[in-house]
Amino acid sequence: MAETNSIASRITGPVTQAGQCLLFLFRMLAGVRFTGSQILSVLQQTYLIGARSLVIIMICGFFVGMVLSLQSINALEQFGAADQVSLLVGKSLYRELGPVLTALLFAGRAGTSITAEIGLMKATNQIEAMELMAIDPVQRIALPRFAAGVISVPLLTALFNAMAILGSVVFSIGVMDLDAGIFWSKLQTSVYFGKDLMHGVWKSVVFGGTVSLVAVYFGYSSKPTGAGVGTATTNTVVLSSVLILIFDFIMTSFLT
Amino acid sequence: MNDTTPSQSGTDTPVIRIRDLVFRRGRRTILDGISLDIRRGTIVAFMGPSGVGKTTILRLISGQLQPDEGTVEVNGQSVSSMSNRELQRFRRNIGVLLQDGALFTDLTVFENIATPVREHTDLPEPLVRRLVMSKLNAVGLGGIEQLMPHELSGGMARRVAFARAVVLDPIIMMYDEPMTGLDPIAVSTIRTLMRDTNDALGLTSLVVTHNVAQTGQLADYCYIISQGRIAGEGSPAELGASDEPSVDQFMNGKVEGPIPFHYSPPDKPWNLLD
Repeated sequence: MAETNSIASRITGPVTQAGQCLLFLFRMLAGVRFTGSQILSVLQQTYLIGARSLVIIMICGFFVGMVLSLQSINALEQFGAADQVSLLVGKSLYRELGPVLTALLFAGRAGTSITAEIGLMKATNQIEAMELMAIDPVQRIALPRFAAGVISVPLLTALFNAMAILGSVVFSIGVMDLDAGIFWSKLQTSVYFGKDLMHGVWKSVVFGGTVSLVAVYFGYSSKPTGAGVGTATTNTVVLSSVLILIFDFIMTSFLT
Repeated sequence: MNDTTPSQSGTDTPVIRIRDLVFRRGRRTILDGISLDIRRGTIVAFMGPSGVGKTTILRLISGQLQPDEGTVEVNGQSVSSMSNRELQRFRRNIGVLLQDGALFTDLTVFENIATPVREHTDLPEPLVRRLVMSKLNAVGLGGIEQLMPHELSGGMARRVAFARAVVLDPIIMMYDEPMTGLDPIAVSTIRTLMRDTNDALGLTSLVVTHNVAQTGQLADYCYIISQGRIAGEGSPAELGASDEPSVDQFMNGKVEGPIPFHYSPPDKPWNLLD
């Protein structure tokens, strides 16, 4: 009997949590008012979250561009097509690697910090104090961070892509001595705005929403103890990373 | 506890009226049939050992928890039957000072106190500033408005939290262990603030505390909660002289007595230590 209950709770547990997470999302969205203070709060969080992730995104973007070029040139050289590298780098970056890697880095850097921040606010009774002041903590704490995540990830993805292209330029033109004119013209003529760039933008919006929803939800529902906040932070990284890859496959299937 | 109105030194009809209150967590009964009246203008203390449900009473009065049985009325309105919107409106009339102050760590002292004002009023910014500064000055902390909470001592943080709790001039103040962890000077400062504010603004104050000595100097009326019930009530002097075993054990800090030291889980029919 106990084993049956345990199996049942393993099945119903995640389903219940997914439902609660969605209800939490609706509760946040129901509070969107576009008031001056709400917009200011979202902008502040966008600045904080974006600034927190800026350096890591730029460094990673640059080296991803370099390594992508290195691997592509090695493969393309066998067919005498090394000068097509910018096509390969551009397509794979804008459609897949840019949004996915940025979202994964964002989950590790900003997602964890959002969860830990909200979890600690709960552990130190700040959330309770807010409720007692008749201030809805979901609107005040969770909504601005969620909205900031949705705004930040596409912006960070654009920066990641730009740095990756720069890395590719440095390696392909600076190190491998490929022709700069061919590199840029291939990139310009083969990578399309609607098909490739916007494909990545839609993905990054969904990924940003996913990571920040998971982060605020786990922070808000964490147990108000040190261990509880630690577990919630780990869960944020694990679940948002898995969801990013699942949603990436689903979106690629529909957008391609 | 019977249903008769306790003799408190306040005025008028009860501002808080609790009848046959029962609250359970799972199978454990935390509060078991509590009835009491709290009169306007009084400072009432809830005392008792840890985990007996003192803070739970405050949470039931503020509507954070719902009773399993019984009623909680504030100013004649049943808290447990309020809608969310009514509850939000009701809480604007309550000031709460939590144990550690619970200041918002990402906001300055000024922003902490200004938050409820901006949230619930349309006052222009110069008036908000004047209001916040007047409250800060009233707690003797004018000039620290730009400090962050982590830059404050425990006593200062508690006073800032006090200023935030009274900034909207509530009619009821709730204090959850307001003097725990403070040095004697800070304790006296907080106690004086609580008394003066209560008397000056005609508030009704509820204090949850363990501190028998401080309660004696602060409260008008005390309830001692034990095993889910009111074990004793009266003025601090009356309770100090009481020979009721639970009251005597708590007031004099005795190990032996009817208040058990060992916790007995409700789902265990036996206890090895008995």
